[in-house]
Amino acid sequence: MNEQTLELMTWLIPALPILAFFIIALVAHRNRTLSWVIAWIAIMSSLVLSWTVSLNVLTSSLHELEEHPVQISSTIDWLPLGDYYQGEWLQIGVAVDPLTAIMLLMVSTATTMIFIYSVGYHNWGHGLGKHKGEPQHDMTEEPLLARFFGYMCLFGGAMLMLVVSDNLLLLFIAWEIMGFCSYALIGFWYAREYPDPKDMPIPRIPPRKASIKAFMTTRVADVVMLLGIVFMWTAFGTMNFSQAFTAEKFQEVIAIIGPVGLAIMTLMIFTGTVGKSAQWPLHVWLPDAMEGPTPVSAIIHAAAMVSAGIFMLLRIFPMIAVSLEATPWTGLIIAGIGAFTAIMAATIAVAQYDVKAVLAYSTISQLGFMVAAIGLGAYVAAVFHLITHAFFKALLFLASGSVIHGMEHGALHAHDHHHDPQDMRYMGGLRKKMPVTFWTFLIGGLALAGFPLITAGFWSKDEIFADAWYQWSHDQKTLALVVFVTLAVAALLTAFYTMRQISLTFLGKPRTELAEHASESSRFMTIPLVILSIFAVAVGWSGISDRFLGTSDIFYNFFHHYAGAQYFHLFEELYEMGLVSHKIESLPWSWMPLITSLVVALGGLALGWLVYARRPLEKGQQDPMVNALGPVHRFLNNKWGWDGLYDKLFIKPTIWFSERVAYELIDKRIIDGILHFIARTTYKIGAYLKLFEEKVISGGLDRVKDLFLSVSREFRYLQTGKIQEYALISVFIATALAVVILLINSGWLVNLF
Amino acid sequence: MDAILNNLLILTIFFPLVASLIIFVMPDDAKNTIRRLAFLFSLVPLVLTLVMWFNYDRVDAGMQFQTILPWFPSIGSSFHIGLDGISLAMVLLTVILIPLAILVSFEVEDNVRTFMFLFLLMETAMLGLFASLDLIIFFIFWEFGLVPMYFLIKIWGGQDREYASFKFIIYTMAGSLGLLLAIQIMGVSMGTFDIPELMNTWVTLPSDGVLPNVGLPVDLVKTLAFWAFVIAFAIKVPIWPFHTWLPDAHTQAPTGGSMILAGVLLKLGAYGFIRLVIPLFPDQALTTAGILAILGMLSIVLGAYAAFGQWDFKRLVAYSSVNHMGFVVLGIAVMAYAYGMPGDVEGLNYSAIIATNGAVLQMFNHGVTAAGMFFLVGVIYSRTHTRDLKKYGGIWTVMPVYGMILLFTSMASLGLPGLNGFVGEFLVVRGAWPVFTVQLALSMLGLLMTGAYILKQIGETLHGPLKPEWAGLPRMTLREHLVIWPLMVLMLTLGVWPQWLLAVINDTVTKLFS
Repeated sequence: MNEQTLELMTWLIPALPILAFFIIALVAHRNRTLSWVIAWIAIMSSLVLSWTVSLNVLTSSLHELEEHPVQISSTIDWLPLGDYYQGEWLQIGVAVDPLTAIMLLMVSTATTMIFIYSVGYHNWGHGLGKHKGEPQHDMTEEPLLARFFGYMCLFGGAMLMLVVSDNLLLLFIAWEIMGFCSYALIGFWYAREYPDPKDMPIPRIPPRKASIKAFMTTRVADVVMLLGIVFMWTAFGTMNFSQAFTAEKFQEVIAIIGPVGLAIMTLMIFTGTVGKSAQWPLHVWLPDAMEGPTPVSAIIHAAAMVSAGIFMLLRIFPMIAVSLEATPWTGLIIAGIGAFTAIMAATIAVAQYDVKAVLAYSTISQLGFMVAAIGLGAYVAAVFHLITHAFFKALLFLASGSVIHGMEHGALHAHDHHHDPQDMRYMGGLRKKMPVTFWTFLIGGLALAGFPLITAGFWSKDEIFADAWYQWSHDQKTLALVVFVTLAVAALLTAFYTMRQISLTFLGKPRTELAEHASESSRFMTIPLVILSIFAVAVGWSGISDRFLGTSDIFYNFFHHYAGAQYFHLFEELYEMGLVSHKIESLPWSWMPLITSLVVALGGLALGWLVYARRPLEKGQQDPMVNALGPVHRFLNNKWGWDGLYDKLFIKPTIWFSERVAYELIDKRIIDGILHFIARTTYKIGAYLKLFEEKVISGGLDRVKDLFLSVSREFRYLQTGKIQEYALISVFIATALAVVILLINSGWLVNLF
Repeated sequence: MDAILNNLLILTIFFPLVASLIIFVMPDDAKNTIRRLAFLFSLVPLVLTLVMWFNYDRVDAGMQFQTILPWFPSIGSSFHIGLDGISLAMVLLTVILIPLAILVSFEVEDNVRTFMFLFLLMETAMLGLFASLDLIIFFIFWEFGLVPMYFLIKIWGGQDREYASFKFIIYTMAGSLGLLLAIQIMGVSMGTFDIPELMNTWVTLPSDGVLPNVGLPVDLVKTLAFWAFVIAFAIKVPIWPFHTWLPDAHTQAPTGGSMILAGVLLKLGAYGFIRLVIPLFPDQALTTAGILAILGMLSIVLGAYAAFGQWDFKRLVAYSSVNHMGFVVLGIAVMAYAYGMPGDVEGLNYSAIIATNGAVLQMFNHGVTAAGMFFLVGVIYSRTHTRDLKKYGGIWTVMPVYGMILLFTSMASLGLPGLNGFVGEFLVVRGAWPVFTVQLALSMLGLLMTGAYILKQIGETLHGPLKPEWAGLPRMTLREHLVIWPLMVLMLTLGVWPQWLLAVINDTVTKLFS
């Protein structure tokens, strides 16, 4: 295909869904059916375009990709800054390189599946719902369906734009638009109210508060990231990835801002990921984000949003790699945050009852795996896990949505609206009621747990373990060993809570009427599940190590070579200059990571089986872990208490400061106080002036007048009317004058003075 | 035809004055005729400005459409007006906002004739100020603009209108006092009030010399005059801590008045910095740039916190102006620093060009979004007769289109990329980074809080269960749609394709720094 067509197609990939958003918003907002048809057309066109463009790039020879990773590139002049006639423009554009191509395949596919699913999820064609801004408990069609699909189009379009963007600015623009979409969609049921959290078996915050929490928490990170971006623009002179990340540029920049400057820049941009990809300490928004409709949870947790954070790190990976080498503490921070998040979220997931909450914490945990991998410099492993995770997590979320949907059907059928349809304690036995959902959930769950050899999750986690182990065994990096052990424990917990979740949801006997009367969801929902399960298994096979089990020439690690081609050449150059310590290379075979993967996955699943599946929970029976763990369980169930801590530490003080200090004290009391004081003083001075005017001016003038009168009365006596007296005075004065004149003329006066 | 084409600028400025006089002699009871006539009249400057816009020569990028008429030759003042890229952008903003504000003000029922008369009078003052190239003319328009706004607040304002209008006029007058004295001493000593001429003579005075005609040391007079200018404009912008008149005046003014107050009048102060303070006092500006940056930072941060602390919808929006204008101030601080800096520092000029571009663009953007926000507050107030955020709730359900429009405009105000607010702020942030790193980093706290108060205003009005008392709220009328759609189009086009405006600004700014 010729170059121009491919460039145009690349532009159209994000443009079509965004265009669909505008069409739905302006034209089709009253027609619910038309709106989803438009959305489908847009996203499916993007899907076709994405696959065409990606396969075009990925079918180039490996050597060609390694030499020229950017295969398609097109820029436009966006902002005129500086001398127009010397062509000083800020340019933005799109580019497709191997990383983008791989990402496009995943994002477009997962998003399309979510779009298909949404039509069924919102009960299209089942009579118009009556509750605007709330979920339709009577299983009727969502009245604001057009709004939903409008936002979803913008969301998908923004994510695709982020993927094809060739510079950090356009990436950030898409990043923020996604932030807005997640805000709008998490709070989609804007009118929903919950009873007091204390009266709920699972305390929740209403969607509108969850949406604010999501937006604000990520914004904390985004403002720091914004500084990082302008720092990069200032230091590198460009925000374009391929122009900025060259070996010469790195040398130049380090010479100016020093390795510490570069490390600070890296960490500032990394902060954006901490927010977007929900890493500790900014992870708190993601579990509450499931207050939105389930397709929204799926798109946030898999296709877009959280994946965007990791993708951005992969985009600036050369910068991270150089920082890791020059300033090892950056690695400590990044990998440390990742590993800590992975284990913390995994422990929380063990003690949750909400079917979506378990998945939400597992997302946080799995993202921690990726961040930890990046912190160790394991670029390919991070890309691989990002892709496989996106597929199985989209699958799991959509399947859990199907479960909830089935439970709601049960609730409607049994007229039971007291039980929370998302609470796993009220489920059980859904395997028979919802077979497609069960099997697809099982596949997704096993992939998440890393079930050996078959599932994608096994291969991608194994790759992370392999990298960490190599860095410990080969380079004696203590950090790598710590990360290795932490992630291994987290993986064990992952397998355990996945088994717990599957058992509680699908196995045993129904524990409530809801589960008893649950029914399988419609084709709109089950077909995407089936398609995604295929990906959740098969994607892993593209990344089997070249030297698996010590063999050679049997397996070919497509994933490693094609994702690695992205930075292959650059890292060779950086390696030669001593800026990084490793090239992008295939690792030698080692048994240790494989054994670890097998042990933690199978061990975790077996533990879960022993505790939950062997004797499934009976109706009204407590989770066996509650007694086994005691107060620890409460601590875990309370999510380590971060929410309460942040509330005390940040939210309450902010409100207090805004209302009491910034407004009432500073503005009202101090500044306005000074102004009013000046005003009062002026009034007082005015009053004194008035007094002065009365006493001095008015009174004084009168005195002058009186004085004048009295003086003139005295002088009256001079005017006698006698001519001789006048003559005498005249002579007297004339003589005096003559004397004076004579004196002046003689110069006597001059001498005198 | 030629007569019109040759005198475009002067026509643009004085047409509203003529129109206001025509309105003034209309019979008072012909309310609808007066409203429609005022609206039609206000479109004329828009058309004239568009003609100028398309005839503007970007290659030259200097002062164009200049007119010099003898006016007060004995003191060296002439009626000198002209436009460059910066003032053209501001004029465009003014002529776009005035018709929309008049359209909003169709809802005014008392003294329609006087209202429209004052409104058009104000337009002349504002346009004249942006175009004036003579200090005396500048000052006259400056003062001239105050009076109509004072009456608009005092007569058609809310409950606290007496206090607000008094605070507004006295505060601004206090600033102009020093401005007048400074202008006098500059004019008397130099023998001219012409701004382009002063740029050659006044600026190049040796700093250790003695001022001609006055006999005072140059350095002392320059410092005093500089501060007089700064305080006058700082009050107008307003820069923290001179900002407390603003929430009162904005909250009490009628909707149309608030739109113009936030949309245009605040820009006069910032424009004064860019047009007069920095070019006329580069040395003083350089030494105080750091202070200006700190004050800009405080405006951003404390403005955002104070906005978040509000429960009065309109007051919240008013405080958001302090927050947003803080970015303009930050950009101006960078301009001040770079403009006064002798010699060529690596990369500094480029940063300053970016920051100044950002500041001017932010002025335009804030004009558009703030006017939109005040309008939307007015829409909901005219229906519910309350501005208390705690009393709203669930209004999205009854006014879905209004909800989307409010969301859109709020997001533009928040600086969501893709909409206009982002571009200006981003450029200011980029320009300020290498110069005022610490101040900028602290300002980010304000940017964070911008999100907080915007989400608060959306959440409290639109979200939540519908309160029964609002169940019957009428939807937006056609007239209301006509007001907001042009603004929304501007918000989107300036966010997606800002170069149509930025190009014109950039040419002039770049020329300023070369």
